[in-house]
Amino acid sequence: MKHYSAFAVAREALRYHTGWERAWRSPEPKKKYDVIIIGAGGHGLATAYYLGKNYGIQNVAVIEKGWLGGGNTGRNTTIIRSNYLQDPSAALYEKARGLYEDLSQDLNYNIMFSPRGVMMLAQTQHEIRGYQRTAHANALQGVKTEWITPERVKELVPIINLEGPRYPVLGALWQERGGTARHDAVAWGYARACSAMGMDIIQQCEVTGVRSDNGRVVGVDTTKGAIDCDKLGIVVAGHSGQLAEMAGFRLPLEAIALQALVSEPIKPCMDVVVMANTVHGYMSQSDKGEMVIGGGTDGFNNFTQRGSFHHIEETVRALVETFPMISRLKMLRQWGGIVDMTGDRSPILSKTPLGGCFINCGWGTGGFKAIPGSGWGMAQLMATGHSPLTEAFTLDRFKEGRFIDESVAAGVAH
Amino acid sequence: MPTDRQKDDNMLILNCPYCGVDAEETELAAGGEAHLKRFGPGSSDDEFHDYLFMRENPKGVHFERWRHANGCGKWFHAARCTQTLEVFGTYSAQVTEPPKEIKDAITAKRPDWTWREFS
Repeated sequence: MKHYSAFAVAREALRYHTGWERAWRSPEPKKKYDVIIIGAGGHGLATAYYLGKNYGIQNVAVIEKGWLGGGNTGRNTTIIRSNYLQDPSAALYEKARGLYEDLSQDLNYNIMFSPRGVMMLAQTQHEIRGYQRTAHANALQGVKTEWITPERVKELVPIINLEGPRYPVLGALWQERGGTARHDAVAWGYARACSAMGMDIIQQCEVTGVRSDNGRVVGVDTTKGAIDCDKLGIVVAGHSGQLAEMAGFRLPLEAIALQALVSEPIKPCMDVVVMANTVHGYMSQSDKGEMVIGGGTDGFNNFTQRGSFHHIEETVRALVETFPMISRLKMLRQWGGIVDMTGDRSPILSKTPLGGCFINCGWGTGGFKAIPGSGWGMAQLMATGHSPLTEAFTLDRFKEGRFIDESVAAGVAH
Repeated sequence: MPTDRQKDDNMLILNCPYCGVDAEETELAAGGEAHLKRFGPGSSDDEFHDYLFMRENPKGVHFERWRHANGCGKWFHAARCTQTLEVFGTYSAQVTEPPKEIKDAITAKRPDWTWREFS
């Protein structure tokens, strides 16, 4: 792998950019790998990367049905924050946020991490209490967040309307070191680093079956033939249920569509991420100037990667009340992603009933922010059989009543 | 009763079996998986766990509860495909499994459908 640097750009400029090589190889699958990861999204690639980097396990294949980073990794609103209420969540998301800080240097790939600050507006009395509670919990967890007044909100976001007709802004939970990153680049950066370690990223290859022997996984059947492995990681978000069925167990998940949209690009007007959870809309401005808007989920099971139109209307209506200046913006694109929701709205990173088979799923509406931490913990779990980051997120927590309940906590949005 | 708008796939439209209205999504409230068997005191941990958390979550034919919330207010059942948003039919909430005509309507379009023990 050739190193990316200012010098490399200058060198290539002098020879008409003929010297750039492909960022990752596209090999045919080998007969056998030590570890196979199903799903070349952010979480799958990060898992492979930290398996190689932290544990020296480099005989790894990452298998992808579509194209790399083409699922929810390329469909989210790129928000990174760690202001969760429960301790296991805060630990995992804060690990991820910390890794994002120098991920560009680590991967030698510019993921454009922008710690511009994430603001979660409180628009009801209930939210004030909820966010103040979260701020206190975060202080104990070592996650830097603070409760700020409406005046400070206005200072940070001049375009906001504090005296909205339905939901006035009463304050906000502010995480200064939260922000955004270029979502595609996260997948591409991890893929390039994995490929450089000799790992095989196999795209356009659908897993059609999981083979096991004596209660232990021995390989997978794919559209490119059978591939053997010692350990298997299933990291496929929306289709986790289908993969689990192939592996012979079931998951407490439901798949629904979550939508997002972007406006036409405009001049810089808002340099923080604002989330309004009562009215269910959140917005940030991309480096290109587009307003990136996240909306709500459908209430029903859906695999179409396209949500219902009226949710967009609800989201935009709420945001226009909060940010009157966007009322004349044209929206350019709208899309949906299939998110896998668990009963307690926390992910599952766990061993499974099938020996040697591990699962990472259930990120629901907020997986992007967790990618490096999720990969870090998942790699530790797969390599050593235990990870302090993932130990609370087991598959059997639902049976044992050990929920990590972020669904009623103020910390959960998207 | 399929309508033109249903073919367009733009919005989910369900016919309310009680008041007969073709209700679009904004009139309806989704109520989750249909035909759940309740497990309470006296049941095993596994049964209670499955009852609370283990939904079918199929990519394909699914049976659901819906409420005609901004209409007649009644609960009813719908058979729907989660992959195409196609609606196979709606039926009364007062049944413990899908009626034969609904199953036949599904079989006509998805001969190899399965859903719990009802297929």
